[in-house]
Amino acid sequence: MGYEAILVFFIAGVFLVVFANFLSNLISHKSDNKSKQDPYECGVETIGPTWVQFKVGYYLFAVLFLLFDIEVAFLVPWAVVFKEMGTVALIEILVFLFILGLGL
Amino acid sequence: MTTVFMLLHMAILIGVVVGAVAYYTYAERKVLGAMQRRQGPMTVGPFGLLQPLADGIKLISKETIIPAQANGPVFVLAPMLTFTLALIAWVVIPVNAKLVLADINVGILYLLAVSSMGVYGVVMAGWASNSKYAFLGGLRSASQMVSYEVSMGLVIVCVLLCAGSLNLSEIVLADRPFLMQVLLFPMFIVFLISILAETNRAPFDLPEGESELSGGFMVEYSSMTYALFFLGEYANMILMSGMTTVLFLGGWLPPFCNRVSP
Repeated sequence: MGYEAILVFFIAGVFLVVFANFLSNLISHKSDNKSKQDPYECGVETIGPTWVQFKVGYYLFAVLFLLFDIEVAFLVPWAVVFKEMGTVALIEILVFLFILGLGL
Repeated sequence: MTTVFMLLHMAILIGVVVGAVAYYTYAERKVLGAMQRRQGPMTVGPFGLLQPLADGIKLISKETIIPAQANGPVFVLAPMLTFTLALIAWVVIPVNAKLVLADINVGILYLLAVSSMGVYGVVMAGWASNSKYAFLGGLRSASQMVSYEVSMGLVIVCVLLCAGSLNLSEIVLADRPFLMQVLLFPMFIVFLISILAETNRAPFDLPEGESELSGGFMVEYSSMTYALFFLGEYANMILMSGMTTVLFLGGWLPPFCNRVSP
C-alpha cells in the first residue's frame, strides 16, 4: 500500500520545517535588548503568577470528547459494512446507540 | 522509477500546498479589504501579487524570541508539529482515480487521526509560552477544536454509510443515487460549520481573536515560529476544504455526478 509514502513525506516535512527554522536563525539579526524575553501583558509588568490554576471544566471537556470519539471509532467499521449486512446491523447499532444514550 | 515518480509527486505537492497557502493569505487580505471598501495590498508587485513573498522574507529574517522561563524545546516544537501535521495529511487527498500519494484503505481514519493530533500543537504552544493569555487561549482553542472533532466524525460516519469504504478514491467513485445526494446535503452544511470551528475561523475565532485575547496561544511567537503556525492553520483550512470536496461534492468529478443510476 502507500504507507511508505507517508513515512517519506513525514520525513520531508520535518526536514523542511527544521531547515526553515535553521535558516531563520542564521539570517536574523539578534537584538541586544534583554527585556525582549519578558512575557507579554499589554506593555506592563505581569501581575500575579503566570501559570494560573487549571479550570476543571477543560478536563471534563476532554473526557467527554474521549467518550464520544471512542463511540465514533466504533461506529466507523459498522458504517463500512452496513450495506452488506442489512437489517440485522441496523437493529444491533440501535441497541448500541440506545445504551450510549442511556449513559448520556 | 516509481520511487522517482513518488518523490516528484511529493515535491510538487509540497510546492503547491505551500504556494497555495501563501497566496491564500494574500487573497484573504484582498477580499477583506474589498469587503471594507478599500484595496488590500497594492504596492509590492502588480496589484500586490508579490506580497506573500515579501511577508515570507520578512518573517524569515526576524529574530525568534524565546521568552524567559518558557519551556524551550516544547516552545519550538509546537509550531513545527502543527505545520508538519497539516502537511502530511495531504498524502491521502486524491486528485484523480488512484492518483494519490498514499492509496491507503483507511484514508478517512488517517485524516481524522491527523486532525485530532493537531490539538497537541495548540495545547503545547499555550502551555509552553510563559503567559496567562497564551495558556487560556490555548485551552479554549483546544476545547473548541476537540468538540467539533466529534461532530466531524459523526458526519463522516454518515458519508461512510453511503460509500461503503474508508478509501478516499472509493468514496468519490461510490454510486450515489440522487436521493442520497439530497439527504446528504444537511450533512454537508453541518460539516462546513464543523470545519469552520475546527480551524478556528470566523465565527469561531475567539481563541485567536486579536482584540479579545491579544492573539491567544500565539501571543509569544515571533518570526519563523509564527509563520509556521500561520502556514499550518491555512494548510489545515485548505485540507478541510479538500476533504469536503472529496466527501460531498464529488472529488475530481463534477459535483452530483458520481452515480451510476439516475
